[in-house]
Amino acid sequence: MAMLGLLLVIVLLSLAAPLYAQHVAHTDPFRSNLDGTTVVDGKTVPVMQEQSEGLGLGVTPIGPTWDPEHYFLGADNQGRDVAARLLYGGRNSLLIGVSAALLTCLFGTAIGLTAGFFGGRVDGVLSRLLDVVWAFPVYLFAICLSTVLVTQSLGVGPLQLEAGSPALPIFIIGIVYIPYVGRSVRGEVLSLRKREFVEAAIGLGASSLRLLWSDILPNVVTTVIVLFPLMIALSMLTEAALSFLSIGVQPPDASWGTIILDGQGLLYTRPWVAIAPGIAIAVTVLALNVLGDGVRDALDPRARHKVGR
Amino acid sequence: MLRFVLWRMLAMVTVMFAISVLVFLIFFATPGVDPAARIAGRNADQQTLKAVRHDFGLDQPMPVQYALLMKKLFITRDLESYVNRGAKVVPQVEEAAPVTLSLVIGASLIWVATSVLMGVLAAVFRGSIVDTGLMIIGLIGISMPVFWLGEVVNLVSQSRFHDTFLFSWVPPLGYTPLTESPLGWFKSLLLPWLTLAVLYAGIYARILRSSMVEAQEQDYVRTAYAKGLTERRVLVRHSLRMSLIAYFSLFGLDFGALVGGAALLTEVVFGLHGVGKLTYDSLQNFDLPLIMATVMYAAFFVIVANALIDLLYSWLDPRVRVV
Repeated sequence: MAMLGLLLVIVLLSLAAPLYAQHVAHTDPFRSNLDGTTVVDGKTVPVMQEQSEGLGLGVTPIGPTWDPEHYFLGADNQGRDVAARLLYGGRNSLLIGVSAALLTCLFGTAIGLTAGFFGGRVDGVLSRLLDVVWAFPVYLFAICLSTVLVTQSLGVGPLQLEAGSPALPIFIIGIVYIPYVGRSVRGEVLSLRKREFVEAAIGLGASSLRLLWSDILPNVVTTVIVLFPLMIALSMLTEAALSFLSIGVQPPDASWGTIILDGQGLLYTRPWVAIAPGIAIAVTVLALNVLGDGVRDALDPRARHKVGR
Repeated sequence: MLRFVLWRMLAMVTVMFAISVLVFLIFFATPGVDPAARIAGRNADQQTLKAVRHDFGLDQPMPVQYALLMKKLFITRDLESYVNRGAKVVPQVEEAAPVTLSLVIGASLIWVATSVLMGVLAAVFRGSIVDTGLMIIGLIGISMPVFWLGEVVNLVSQSRFHDTFLFSWVPPLGYTPLTESPLGWFKSLLLPWLTLAVLYAGIYARILRSSMVEAQEQDYVRTAYAKGLTERRVLVRHSLRMSLIAYFSLFGLDFGALVGGAALLTEVVFGLHGVGKLTYDSLQNFDLPLIMATVMYAAFFVIVANALIDLLYSWLDPRVRVV
């Protein structure tokens, strides 16, 4: 429950990003602000400060002021407010994590149901397909898809995805994890098909569609619900990694992964730029993992003693 | 056993073929994407585009294009970069491979050793504070982005606490080949190893712990106790041995994920010029031939490693040999 509350707080904070940027910090986190000034201890200071020590090369963005109204977490190397970007980044990270997990669960369930229920040649083809994607290391697969897609708009039939839109990482991450769900659903369906209540329904003359919809699906849903928080966690970590490799969310948009990338160059001078989004990811993913364990224990008490992934 | 080996090898080759086709299709047949323009890199002139079309046989049917790419990648191994004009990409991958291998093998040794130790401790002291602490460490480990953890380690060891006795031994970021200086090699890799191992050690300890606890309820363990063996002997000689089988089958899966995922990111953060860093650099300047080569070789390495681990597993546990 505590974890659910924590997640709720993170979601609400991210949703409040525009409120914070406009009414508290008064900044535009997507526009570089190299000549801007801000107020520290009542004095006006430039956001990008002249380097006075060391090699004296160039400027360093202002560090954390711990004052919510003026660059709470400091600025990045374009003079943008890191705290505001962190909140906006949370929106993208959460949006991508949840949507990708939804996509994975939907398609995984559909494929798993079809393969397990119809069996035979259909199962053969679908299972081999899942096996291939399963054997393909997730990040490498995502890198392949991203290099081809991310800087390009994609049109598949009526679906139009604009270059740089968060829909692309959602689509890519959604695809690569399908076997995780598809394989477990298929296994579940195979064992359900042999159960008495399904045989009874067949004996009563139920159609395939009816069998799938009202006998098999409701029993599979539990498996998928248990997987869902874990898939969000995995998707968020993958999004962060892809963004860190610069093939996820595209600038000037922010996500927690891109902010860590922004902070990489400032690591030794302004470590908070990279540290803060990492903490945000770790806390969110941790909460999701604990929540996933809790959901599993609640829905399937027998599994409590079997820890697996 | 021979039948199983042959069957597993056949499965391995099939998966390799399927993945090579999949990669080929992604790069050459994505709707709305002109492969020549992508391979040639940003702002390529007409002449380069023409050269790319000719070199990759883009005016020929798909199967021919596929065969041509595979030949360039694995047989003649003369696939060239267009961004970095004329540079052969396969030798670059070969040069980077030892770095990646050093990283993943060392990291997995540390991760296996610590997790077995932690898992056994947790199983012995189950229900106590050691047990709970372990569960928490495991969850935190898999919840952190590895590249971020790497950056925090760098921050501490290279900058903030570099001058204290704890981290004064840490060399600057980068890799020292084993042949050049074994000690330097070890020093340059120790922190990357630990960073990667943290990710998995906790969760593996949890898995081992729960399968050991489960084994405690099995008949053969009861028999062992009935024979009058000590608890320690039963745990180590009976429960642990059985539990390690399940442990290593999972290890096989994650070892692959490690090469194609976490290790790649760790290399970038620690400036180790392995296959991951190579991929990262080629992503920065959209050097598609290099990306194709790193992805293909890494994926094949993972598939072969998985097959080998499966064989090892079947040797340990004859029950899985049933085809």
